[in-house]
Amino acid sequence: MIGFAFLMLPLVALLIRAPWSGLGSLLSNSEVLTALRLSIECATAATLASLILGVPLAWMLARIHLPGMGLLRALVTLPLVLPPVVGGIALLLALGRRGVVGRYLDQWFGLTLPFTTAGVIVAETFVAMPFLVVTVEGALRSADRDLEEAAVTLGASRTTVFGRITLPLIAPSLLAGSVLCWARALGEFGATITFAGNLPGTTQTMPLKIYNAFETDPEAATALSLVLLLVAVIILAALRDRWLRGSPSA
Amino acid sequence: MHRHFVAVIALTAALALASGCSSSTKSSQQSTPAGGGTSSTAAVSGTVNVFAASSLTEAFTTIATQFEAANPGVKIKLNFGASSDLANSINQGAPADVFASASPKNMQQVNDAGGASASTNFVKNFMEIAVPPNNPAGITGVADLAKKGVKVALCAAQVPCGKTAAQVFTNAKITVKPVTLEQNVKSTLTKVELGEVDAGVVYVTDVRAAGSKVKGIVIPAHLDASTEYPIAALTKAAHSAGAKAFVAYVLSPAAQTVLAAAGFEKP
Repeated sequence: MIGFAFLMLPLVALLIRAPWSGLGSLLSNSEVLTALRLSIECATAATLASLILGVPLAWMLARIHLPGMGLLRALVTLPLVLPPVVGGIALLLALGRRGVVGRYLDQWFGLTLPFTTAGVIVAETFVAMPFLVVTVEGALRSADRDLEEAAVTLGASRTTVFGRITLPLIAPSLLAGSVLCWARALGEFGATITFAGNLPGTTQTMPLKIYNAFETDPEAATALSLVLLLVAVIILAALRDRWLRGSPSA
Repeated sequence: MHRHFVAVIALTAALALASGCSSSTKSSQQSTPAGGGTSSTAAVSGTVNVFAASSLTEAFTTIATQFEAANPGVKIKLNFGASSDLANSINQGAPADVFASASPKNMQQVNDAGGASASTNFVKNFMEIAVPPNNPAGITGVADLAKKGVKVALCAAQVPCGKTAAQVFTNAKITVKPVTLEQNVKSTLTKVELGEVDAGVVYVTDVRAAGSKVKGIVIPAHLDASTEYPIAALTKAAHSAGAKAFVAYVLSPAAQTVLAAAGFEKP
């Protein structure tokens, strides 16, 4: 019970101290809307990137049995436990203009990721993709393989099996993993500010905007925090069934 | 285990009391703050939490070491950050004893909230352009910062270095479109050191502190802008005597020598 109070108290304080009367004007501010739109766009792009890169990775982790796969799995989840700011520094050293790989991106393609919206998406994907991979991998492990094998004996190709059998089987987890990934990307702060910097309209997402606002206008920061709290509550509500049933492969 | 913990608390309380009592020796502390080793501030003890602007990182680290050597029993705990951020933390109740701000405005914020009553401007700092050692964009002056394709890092508008840089651009009648607005001057400098940007506008002192990692492009005096640094012992300081002694030391010739060597100017 004390634990519950501990978790809820800060959120309740946010509600109590929220500048309810001025909320409308604070939130209709164009800078706020820009930050919110940028956050949603980047989080969505990062989720799509995570789906494209993460689902094959999850499939590999779940289905290929080779020595060393356990280590590989642990490494994939590293960004989950790594402080995001460390991720940001690592990204800068890898993909920055003078980075290990980034210098060639710059020399050969004139492509620099830091301080661009693409950089925000890269940072968010780095931090959020493991959520999707872990969720989908769990589903793939517990999915009924008999159905896949039956399809193969009936002459279905590998891609047909994946598209027609495997994907529908894991669809609920795919959705839940995507939502988790999206929520994590939406809240990303440390890697983003370190790797992509902070510029309104280009790289300043909601968490960065909130952090900046807190130094000049704490009331605005509180109002903005409410928006993200609301988004979090909506996500929880959307995933409610899944959590209430408490079954990981539902 | 439990008994040890109680003992630690009792000891801490005793130390706090001791440092509180020593405030009666205030006049003597202020008269001889220099680092001669025979300072009369020896009566001061405990840990003094100093919140200081990022640009003071190197100078205050040296000054704190000197102060500790002159005042055995006192530990200076330094916390560097953007003055705007620090002022906000102090107003939110952060355990600070001394605040050294890179702008009178942020000191005023603390003042308005009742956190400080009197402050003294102890140094002044001018701006300089920092570029990577090979100067990839060939920056030669302020006007180059407004050129298309030049990647510039600035401090955020609420941070003193951001405000002072904006003054430089107003003086030069140019509009600079930065690629990033950093949270404090050291992170602006870091972006230059890493070569991620072509230039950053930081303090003269930051360019000096970075040594060979960046190259400085001097801003001509008629375009340059400066900011004054106020320092104050905070009214809610848990270690009032220690806080006052440290402020007095920063104002002393010994500390001013360190600050001047770092590139700070007299206010």
